[in-house]
Amino acid sequence: MKRLVVTCALLACGFVHAFEIVIDRGIDTLTPIAVVPFRIYENAVDITPIINADLSSSGQFRPIDEAIMLSLPSSATEVAYQDWRVQAVEYVIVGSVFIDGLGLLVAEFEVIDINDERVLQAAQVKGSQDDPRALAHHVSDEIFRAITNLPGAFSTQVAYVLVENRNQIDERFTLKISDFDGGREVDLIVSQQPILSPAWAPDGRQLAYVSFAEGGSTIYLLSLDTGQIEKLASFEGINSAPAFSPDGSQVAMVLSRDGNPDIYTIELATNVIRRITDHRAIDTEPVWELNSKSLLFTSDRGGSPQIYRVDVDSLRVSRLTFDGSYNARPRVMPDSEHFIFVHRSPRGFHIAWRDLAGNRAPRILSSNVLDESPSVAPNGVMMMYSTKTDGKGILSIVSVSGEVEYKLTSSLGDMLEPAWSPYLPLTTTLVER
Amino acid sequence: MTYWRKGAWIVVLLVSGLLTACASHTGCGTPEAAPVVVDERPAAPEPVSEPVAEPEVVEEASDFMDLPDGTRVAVSADGSVIRATVGFGFDEAEISSGDFRILQEHAARLNRNRDQSVSIEGHCDERGTREYNLALGERRAMAVLDFLLANGVRTSQMSTRSFGEERPLDTGSDEDAWAKNRRVELRYE
Repeated sequence: MKRLVVTCALLACGFVHAFEIVIDRGIDTLTPIAVVPFRIYENAVDITPIINADLSSSGQFRPIDEAIMLSLPSSATEVAYQDWRVQAVEYVIVGSVFIDGLGLLVAEFEVIDINDERVLQAAQVKGSQDDPRALAHHVSDEIFRAITNLPGAFSTQVAYVLVENRNQIDERFTLKISDFDGGREVDLIVSQQPILSPAWAPDGRQLAYVSFAEGGSTIYLLSLDTGQIEKLASFEGINSAPAFSPDGSQVAMVLSRDGNPDIYTIELATNVIRRITDHRAIDTEPVWELNSKSLLFTSDRGGSPQIYRVDVDSLRVSRLTFDGSYNARPRVMPDSEHFIFVHRSPRGFHIAWRDLAGNRAPRILSSNVLDESPSVAPNGVMMMYSTKTDGKGILSIVSVSGEVEYKLTSSLGDMLEPAWSPYLPLTTTLVER
Repeated sequence: MTYWRKGAWIVVLLVSGLLTACASHTGCGTPEAAPVVVDERPAAPEPVSEPVAEPEVVEEASDFMDLPDGTRVAVSADGSVIRATVGFGFDEAEISSGDFRILQEHAARLNRNRDQSVSIEGHCDERGTREYNLALGERRAMAVLDFLLANGVRTSQMSTRSFGEERPLDTGSDEDAWAKNRRVELRYE
């Protein structure tokens, strides 16, 4: 098995995180592409490295190294197809970056199919000079869509928790958001008490999360537009595991106010709380199916933690997982036919993928021993989870096809509880040519 | 309700944060029977149905001691500190019979000091999912609460809280660390 490791320190670009792309399995299945370094005019900046990293992380492509490119065209008319055919490159991306008359940073690019000698897309993306990463991610989205016909998810963000100075007197928990690749991070909440379970509203404008700042666990809603914080649930006992319904009208959550942990929903417009499960076992980790009519959740009602489904109207419960002694924390895939979850094997805890219909055996997507908190990208191509390596909490992005692993680490502490955002409004604009 | 960490703080670095409560505490509900300990010999708890009203003043001094850092601990007659932590197996919430005596010692002191309250905190090791562990930690705390209740301690003296796997004693990833982290701690306030 071949193994290719590409390391880049974001530190060099002004960020604290380092990321590493590990292409671990079946490198031959990745489509070879070439992102020719964009021609840079005057004060414009190079965005090619970010585009390369984005496309690599998707688990679909293997961008070839600039050093072995036989020519460096910057427009389709300059492309010598033979130069790419000899290296089996299937798609070439060429372009330039410049600053236009209005002072906007512009990336002009073309996506070329080498086999068909055809330009798949020719476009410009424009944005602020202060934000070349937003521009780069948007260009990556367009390239991804041009080649795969699937939307790219490179302009999305991730919410996560950073724990610094673990078990020290100055231990600190920070709820953060950043680009999916760790760039452009922002601190949202800082606390001396644990924070967990960040969950995005479907419009990407609110985060629900759990904090112990008041002693016990409490669910809060944070507006990303105004910074306003609102308590959603702070009953006696556990208040946790918030999950917005895909239609945005409700939040499912876990409360133990009535004796032990059960699943409840709260309607955001009215604050009406409804009990969904009523069982003396642990019921937790609810997540909505895409129709907002049923939930998957974890319960140990059968003797070990397993994944169940409940219809929120009829409250009928059915069991979904049977393989193994520990299956928990489901997340529904955007195709609404599959889900990912934490699965225990004799070797440890991994992330697994399975169909909701239950016709096929689970497929293991991650191979460490302490994997948890899976979260899926809105296009369903990649998923992210947290794990522990060498005593350190890190985030790992894996293509659902399983070929590529992309690790995010922080020099500051442990990264936990990643929550991949939905598609977000873009600050950059696309102009097709 | 008092919280043991008074230094809790929140900073919102976005814009100014404003707290609006929309749902609040209900009364402290007593848990209905949780799966616990009904075991052989040492468990013969004197179920103090009519608590013997004893003079609080005398016992207060000898049953508990305040350490220089402000924490209060239970002490035995000879002045030694009584262990305030009990352990559990993986994904289990059953109190081991080896811990019955320790918990009975705590119960006896709480029974003699009716205005002394205790916070019962459940914890888990890092394995498995965080939210499931939060629930499991509560189940462990409830098991200890039920044991103390059966040994005469009043509901009004006890509160439970789960930290799941968020507050490990030992940050290692081996059997020793995991065993230490699967625990319930009794904290006197």
